[in-house]
Amino acid sequence: MSAAPAAAIRLDNVTLGYDRHPAVHHLSGRFAPGSLTAVVGPNGAGKSTLLKGIAGALKPFDGRIAIEGCTVADVAYLPQQHDIDRSFPISVLDVVALGLWRRIGAFGAIDRAARARVGEALAAVGLEGFERRPIGKLSGGQLQRALFARLLLQDARVILLDEPFTAIDPKTAADLLDLVQRWHGERRTIIAVLHDMETVRRHFPQALLLARRLLAWGDTADALRPQNLLAARRMVEAWDDRADICAAAEA
Amino acid sequence: MDAGALDWIAWPVIGPALGPILGPFVEFGFMRRALVGCLTLAAAAAPVGVFLLLRRMSLIGDAMAHAVLPGAAIGFLVAGLSLAAMTIGGMVAGLAVALLSGAVARATVLREDASLAAFYLISLAAGVAIVSVYGSNVDLMRVLFGSVLALDDAALLLLAGIATATFVALAAIYRPLVVECFDPQFLRTVGGAGTAAHMTFLVLVVLNLVGGFHALGTLMAVGIMMLPAAAARLWAREVWSMVLVAAAVGALSSVAGLLLSYHADMPSGPAIVLVAGGAYALSIALGTEGSLRQNLRPARHLEA
Repeated sequence: MSAAPAAAIRLDNVTLGYDRHPAVHHLSGRFAPGSLTAVVGPNGAGKSTLLKGIAGALKPFDGRIAIEGCTVADVAYLPQQHDIDRSFPISVLDVVALGLWRRIGAFGAIDRAARARVGEALAAVGLEGFERRPIGKLSGGQLQRALFARLLLQDARVILLDEPFTAIDPKTAADLLDLVQRWHGERRTIIAVLHDMETVRRHFPQALLLARRLLAWGDTADALRPQNLLAARRMVEAWDDRADICAAAEA
Repeated sequence: MDAGALDWIAWPVIGPALGPILGPFVEFGFMRRALVGCLTLAAAAAPVGVFLLLRRMSLIGDAMAHAVLPGAAIGFLVAGLSLAAMTIGGMVAGLAVALLSGAVARATVLREDASLAAFYLISLAAGVAIVSVYGSNVDLMRVLFGSVLALDDAALLLLAGIATATFVALAAIYRPLVVECFDPQFLRTVGGAGTAAHMTFLVLVVLNLVGGFHALGTLMAVGIMMLPAAAARLWAREVWSMVLVAAAVGALSSVAGLLLSYHADMPSGPAIVLVAGGAYALSIALGTEGSLRQNLRPARHLEA
């Protein structure tokens, strides 16, 4: 679609969390330009928190997140489905048209050209003719397709997907995975939080194994070795109320 | 056939029916003023209520309305029954409670609803105490329940000004506000000034509550804001249509409520809010979007 250079993301000793308790602890590394990375780890490992940090929706306690090759406005973020109010009275057209925000902003009209682009994006995700449908009447899979149509229109260099295939039907998951592969072919940098190891092994060349701290990051086959996964499973899930101030902060 | 002849033929039929409806407004200036005031208020407050409802902040409107009271009471103490003093006092107190409770929620373990409840209970008590110690009980009733039948020119101009400001500001922040309600993360990642839209919106809520309090009183002002919005949710499937339905329900409730108060000799604020409550009950039963009727007896399914 666009020939802009691919963007990289550098994490420099990043600590992210809520209420002083870190959910992601001292993470350093780099998502290479045009890479396709799966973020995996047990529940509470800080996967979604990391994505929010990269999207700029959460400020790190410590360290730096640098986007190289584009601005934060060029980062598109797909939230988990339960972050979206599905009873909200809004049509599919209006939701998908938000993907054009950078062009239309808060005041621009959604003109005929914009409508045509929304139509094309909906067709690309298999939702032709759904423009007037309120989102409350969509199935979970259909809503996810609509949100992918919005991502298509955002045309971003960096795409962050938080559990994009959770709780949707296999056909939709396969279609959307094709779309992700297409974006990968267009040298977009993609980071996805995933649970299904089969999908990760088969379709994601890079993997980042997270259990609050970094356990492994690299080629998927290497990063997801049995001993690494075992270490991730042993992660202490407990939230220590009397945790000491982290000493590594000074290091 | 000339108009006079039509009048002559039709009047015996229409006249008696229209009499109770048009009569009070034709006959009494204070009823006309009340009508203008209430229609203006409904047109501006109902859209604000729609956004409160969509943001799941319905009760926050209530809390802020109570918070307006001590401000108005202090204004009343300083300057007597002065429109300007009570308006400014109400606005300052309403905004202060909104901002303070937000700050407390961020700085402590209390959630925003808990800190709002605490602040508005304190300010309601302070307001009632101030008015009862320093004013007569009639004054207290007037502040609590408004005086729509005694709206003077200055009050009408204030209501009109608030409505105008509301329309202009809502038009300016409409899209960011809708997205902020529906998918705030998205707005933040595209840099869509969600916080500015939210703060502007809070100011609009306080403005409309202060306007509403002059006409309907602090306790009833939220009614004309929230009930039409709640009713509209059961008829409309998009935000803009919900705004239109809410404004229409608010306007109709104002007219019907004023007539009810005239004929049944009721205070007008409660009468208007009761009629709006009736519209809400009807919508719950008969609405086209997720009402009882639909959920109890789903329509036959379509072919595709």
